[in-house]
Amino acid sequence: MSNPTFTQQVVHRATFLERNSLNIPILKLLQADGTTFENAVLPQVDEALSRKIFDTCVFIRTLDERMLAAQRQGRISFYMTCTGEEAAVIGSAAALEPEDIILAQYREHAALRYRGFTTEQFMHQMFSNEKDLGKGRQMPIHYGCQQLHFQTISSPLATQIPQASGVGYSLKMQGKRNVAICYFGEGAASEGDFHAGLNMAAVHKVPVIFFCRNNGYAISTPTDEQYAGNGIASRGLGYGMHTIRVDGNDMLAVLAATQQARAWAIEHSAPVLIEAMTYRLGAHSSSDDPSGYRSKDEEARWQQHDPVKRFKLWLINKGWLTEDDDAELQSRYRQEVLDALKVAEKVPAPKLDEIIEDVYDVPTANLKKQLEELKAHVAKYPKAYPKSSGRL
Amino acid sequence: MAKMNMLQAINNALTLAMTADDKMLVFGEDVGHFGGVFRATSGLQDKFGKERCFNTPLTEQGIAGFANGLASNGMTPVAEIQFADYIFPAFDQIVNESAKFRYRSGNQFNVGGLTFRTPYGGGIAGGHYHSQSPEAYFTQVAGLKVVVPRNAYQAKGLLLSAIHDPNPVIFFEPKRLYRASVNDVPEEAYELPLGKAEVVREGANITLLAWGAQVEVIEKAAEMAQEVNIDCEVIDLKTLAPWDVETVAASVRKTGRLLINHEAPLTGGFAGEIAATIQQECFLYLESPIARVCGLDTPYPLIHEKEYMPDALKTFEAIKASVNF
Repeated sequence: MSNPTFTQQVVHRATFLERNSLNIPILKLLQADGTTFENAVLPQVDEALSRKIFDTCVFIRTLDERMLAAQRQGRISFYMTCTGEEAAVIGSAAALEPEDIILAQYREHAALRYRGFTTEQFMHQMFSNEKDLGKGRQMPIHYGCQQLHFQTISSPLATQIPQASGVGYSLKMQGKRNVAICYFGEGAASEGDFHAGLNMAAVHKVPVIFFCRNNGYAISTPTDEQYAGNGIASRGLGYGMHTIRVDGNDMLAVLAATQQARAWAIEHSAPVLIEAMTYRLGAHSSSDDPSGYRSKDEEARWQQHDPVKRFKLWLINKGWLTEDDDAELQSRYRQEVLDALKVAEKVPAPKLDEIIEDVYDVPTANLKKQLEELKAHVAKYPKAYPKSSGRL
Repeated sequence: MAKMNMLQAINNALTLAMTADDKMLVFGEDVGHFGGVFRATSGLQDKFGKERCFNTPLTEQGIAGFANGLASNGMTPVAEIQFADYIFPAFDQIVNESAKFRYRSGNQFNVGGLTFRTPYGGGIAGGHYHSQSPEAYFTQVAGLKVVVPRNAYQAKGLLLSAIHDPNPVIFFEPKRLYRASVNDVPEEAYELPLGKAEVVREGANITLLAWGAQVEVIEKAAEMAQEVNIDCEVIDLKTLAPWDVETVAASVRKTGRLLINHEAPLTGGFAGEIAATIQQECFLYLESPIARVCGLDTPYPLIHEKEYMPDALKTFEAIKASVNF
């Protein structure tokens, strides 16, 4: 059907809709002291689920802290933390089923951990060694795990958004009661791929959750230089999509929104957009220095809204966690991360033969020839190529 | 004269050009207050204001289309694409719009004022999304000029020429030299001609040709060859489109041999075009097949970056093979 009539009201003088006249509420369930708002409608959450969420928070904080330090020591080449955005990522991941397919941007390693990615697997990827599932081909933090239904990270921004629409449609065609979830930042939402992906998902009625981590900055660019509209949520309505804005530092609010989004997406076979308002407490990456574009005061203000601390207070109030439990977890994960790091950095690099593999399903004739020439060259000058010459 | 690294030389060129031309605008992701992720546009917003140097939303196709629009109406946009690896969302705007604006309108409209600046190339542990050398995709597009400087001095002079050239130019900056290349650079404005290659070392036995960061690689190979009494001529191509056939052909007529080095993969790389033209121009002078020392036909790998690179040792081996053919 072409141009169905959405408009009921007819006017006879030019009448503009005022910019930003849309009033978008924000969902908040947890207060700063860890108590819930009086009329809060809580998500489905029991002690086991909330402890798993909290464990993941503690692990990711520990990993981020330790690996950023390892990058500073020159042990790995690059790192990105998700500090400050744990509730957005873990709260949403915890609302999914294990076979829902995750297409992430790059700051969502907490979702991968929630699904069971081991400490060793994280380390092997970051050290680009021969046990890395990605065969040492990508920069640190570009994880992927087929077994955990987490597609491999691609650095170009927003490319995963229309792909998620395709993945969601495939789930529907395969008759599965699963969704795709697509993570991206408010910066990536400026790319053309964002428009393409959301529009296609809405038109083709795809069960996919578009999860925007609106963390305030795209590297140095603040949101007021990124968009002039009412955040990212306002766009969902333009595409004809179920939309919610949520406090991204409120674990229970994110969990509730994502649980309901998932149920809606499957029941109605339709996309949902979630905009989680949060703050990137760390630098964009280990190559970035935020002191060039934002103040310490601003960062300190957001430290007050630490999502992990808020959730921890709720757990303590519920009697599901003690300070001692937290301390024990931190010390256990610190040791676990350190042990895995020491092992991973001694695992050798992938053999040189890997360099031509997976370009195609099988290496083509030109690639085989180039590998033979390369191996002969490395064998002639072994000292110049220490990573590969020992295991030709 | 002042000691400048390549970033400072680029920043200096942009400052001079903006001072001289109040229609010139500089924009891209993070280029405003922060001065770009590599700081090439550092201080420009303070000097020239937010209306002339600004952050854009994160959209390369938007940046390129916006630049086309500005240039079509008489402005001088210098747009930054943060990494050459991320230029592809802008491909349509560059290939179908920037390059054909003049042609399709019968020269009623053009976007000759526009320049794209973008860091390219590997050697920085960037893996396949922060290391690519996509110049050959653009050399086939009639209507675009493609320029690659080899050091700080060249970067300033060539960038000023690119900005002032009445055609759209893509200016690929070798990011591994951003801080590593330091030259004496004149503080005043100067231009180096586009479309002209430069013989940077004279020699009799073989011609070595490269551009951008690979020029220092072939210079190093030339020194290694000197020790085994092979006398190399080294040429920096500088502009890939339109490229200086005559300078290269004259050199090959003298030396009888040619080796081309580029970081991009071998297959479909610009060396193939050069080789075909030179065998046409110099067939009876050639004493050995034209050699290509290039990246492998794979994505740019992280862990085997060193092995992938067409380095001085590989070039040295190919020089010997050519001379002993």
